[in-house]
Amino acid sequence: MGIEGYLIVSALLFAIGAFGFMARRNAILMLISIELMFNAVNLSLVAFNAFLPPESNAGAVFALMIMAVAAAEVTVGLALVIAIIRTRQTAEVDQYSDLKG
Amino acid sequence: MRSNFRREPSALDISSVLFFLLAAGVVGAGAAVVTLRNIIHSAVAMMICFGSLAGMYALLGAPIVAAAQVLIYLGAISVLILFAIMLTQAGDANLPAPFHRQGPVAVVVALAIMGLVGWAVFQTDWGLAGEAVAAGVEEIANAIFTRYALPFEIISLLLLVAIIGAIYLARRPEEDERAN
Repeated sequence: MGIEGYLIVSALLFAIGAFGFMARRNAILMLISIELMFNAVNLSLVAFNAFLPPESNAGAVFALMIMAVAAAEVTVGLALVIAIIRTRQTAEVDQYSDLKG
Repeated sequence: MRSNFRREPSALDISSVLFFLLAAGVVGAGAAVVTLRNIIHSAVAMMICFGSLAGMYALLGAPIVAAAQVLIYLGAISVLILFAIMLTQAGDANLPAPFHRQGPVAVVVALAIMGLVGWAVFQTDWGLAGEAVAAGVEEIANAIFTRYALPFEIISLLLLVAIIGAIYLARRPEEDERAN
């Protein structure tokens, strides 16, 4: 399988994640959708690293670093979401409308 | 434009079969994540998606990335998300409608992203791209600890900040007052 196959799978996964982030009403599911988009980008980085090998495997190293940053992001993001859900008693993001004029 | 799909004479070798199985796993489970009504089911579909991606990294000849995917995404992030769901969701009775009003617009935007990236992929001449080259553990370790040593250290600082931030955010207000 050539590089196109991997890039198309990556684009599909990114589009699915973007759709989930925009369309779902649950705050935790929005975070999961962000993770899907992270994984889509990781897949394309590893595919580029395999098919067009850069100097010192930059693609695979980038993918590993993105995983670490994603772990940090999901830790803080989930703590924020849990704090919001605890104060508002709902996970529906369209209920968080205090700033609406 | 030239297509690499046609270049391989035997279309049904084992790696192609594996690729299509894993691609079906990634895309199918990903679609299940954003469409399933029960968020626990979504989280389990997310784990299937991450596992298929680990298989894809192994297929691409990057075993260390596959191992990190299993450890970090399947092991840590999925469990964290499942815990968060269990802490916040009150049973699966009377589930609300999963999608916003802007759902159709989101479909259009996602299709536009897909179309744009797909068009770019098929317009590009991948003449330089040959067969997949394996990225060995030793080479990646050498790269991380020599050329990318500074980003590596900055990531450890970032993780420390994230841990402190998460602990601060997760604290209940009444425990705050008791501490003062």
